[in-house]
Amino acid sequence: MMGMDVLAADLAYWQETLIKVGIGLAAVLLPAGTIVYLYLFKMMSFMQSRLGPMEAGPYGSLQLLAEVGKWIQKEDIFPSRADRFVFAAAPFVVLMSTFLLVLVLPAGPDAVFVDLNVGIYFALAVSSISVIGILMAGWSSANKYSLLGGLRAAGQLIAYELPLILAVVGVVIQAGTMNMQGIVLAQADGEIFGWGGLGNPYIFTQFVGFIIFMIAVQAELTQPPFDMPIAESELISGYLTEYSGIRFLLFFIGEFATSGVFSAVAATLFLGGWYVPGIDSSSDIFNVIGPLILFGKMMLVAFFIYWFRFTYPRFREDQLQRLALKFLIPLSLANIVSTGVLKVVF
Amino acid sequence: MARLPGMAKGLGVTFKTMMRTLFPDGMKNPIPRPSAGAQTVQYPHEKEAPVTRARGVIALHEENCTACMLCARECPDWCIYIEGHKTLAPPRRAGGKPRQVNTLDRFDIDFSLCMFCGICVEVCPFEALFWTPEYEFSELRIADLLHDKERLGEWMHTVPDFEEYEAGSEAKVKKVPR
Repeated sequence: MMGMDVLAADLAYWQETLIKVGIGLAAVLLPAGTIVYLYLFKMMSFMQSRLGPMEAGPYGSLQLLAEVGKWIQKEDIFPSRADRFVFAAAPFVVLMSTFLLVLVLPAGPDAVFVDLNVGIYFALAVSSISVIGILMAGWSSANKYSLLGGLRAAGQLIAYELPLILAVVGVVIQAGTMNMQGIVLAQADGEIFGWGGLGNPYIFTQFVGFIIFMIAVQAELTQPPFDMPIAESELISGYLTEYSGIRFLLFFIGEFATSGVFSAVAATLFLGGWYVPGIDSSSDIFNVIGPLILFGKMMLVAFFIYWFRFTYPRFREDQLQRLALKFLIPLSLANIVSTGVLKVVF
Repeated sequence: MARLPGMAKGLGVTFKTMMRTLFPDGMKNPIPRPSAGAQTVQYPHEKEAPVTRARGVIALHEENCTACMLCARECPDWCIYIEGHKTLAPPRRAGGKPRQVNTLDRFDIDFSLCMFCGICVEVCPFEALFWTPEYEFSELRIADLLHDKERLGEWMHTVPDFEEYEAGSEAKVKKVPR
């Protein structure tokens, strides 16, 4: 991402594309690996008063490589009655939506893949492609549990997309732009009721929106307490039941990479993205330290996602839908109305 | 809304557990030492001592066994195999008749079948079978879990002494034959 425009002038199209693909892979996989090791392996273990992986590498830090190696070695099993093409394609659809999300995430003033005017709209739109992948997986597995899991996932993901989008509307109203870069700059140059010492990270003025966004993200990731679609004790992991080997690995990467990318989106929308107070927001240094700042903020948001994941037991299906449709959506609508009124008044 | 305090409390529990695991000395010494803070031990490297009367594996004191077959008959999964033959032992008193005794040829316990119920230890009338707290006897081949009487006899030195009964007990504490 860094200095893309500077490099682009001297490079052929294929070279540029190669670099972009490499950086995109790194931008998705490195945070996913960090999150899985730090949070899923270690923090969860500490919260349960145990140590987690300790054997592979110092403090088990190479455990993830061992797991990936194990999954790659395993046989790629297709159920005999499965719809082979759909079954094979489903994990790639899920993973694709994750990679597309990264495209519009700014990590510095120039460090962005594509600077779309409708950046956040694009991000929310591509994030819902994963529903299609999950439905494909559930349907093509030729398995009742998978189908039930897929349908539950579709119901849940669509239900929680509404509060997710409505929570973002508040931010868009306040920033006056849908461009992710513009939202970051609006936070950097903003003022909280006339005081601009910190800029205006929207977590302060859009706190309700932030809470709604985080709850909806938790549900979009189908993580506990919203893991009804992949409930392992009743649906034997839902749409993942029939997957093995590298295709299961793709789903696994998709889940945790998406949690990282959604954390980064939340950090961009509510915590000020690549900007830190004290440095001029047009300074070139943000092209270098911006990705690191964004990474730090992303890990902070991801900490909360995983903290909630390890604390709460699973919602029942009706509780889950009631929370989205009867509580979060009215609350986010009220948030939009009050944001709009305050925007006009001030 | 009424559930919010409980949810916050839940978050506090997990966070406190994490901090206690990471910093067992508290915040006065903020160096993460999860190995000391965790409740678990890293099994092959460090081991917890089993309690003294733990039911790990069954030991056989061969001299006490009379091949009476009670244990083999009571065993719910028939995993004890006993063979013996009758021999003549010298008389107890001079001029007496030679005694007929059972000699043990084979005493095998198949630990791949055994469910560690301990009935054989209970029913043995001659104090020949004992529990020991040893638990590390896994094998690569399942056939190796068939312990013969030599192997079962090797466990005898790991049998702990019986604990004293509480004061005023009529029964005497049994002795472990060494």
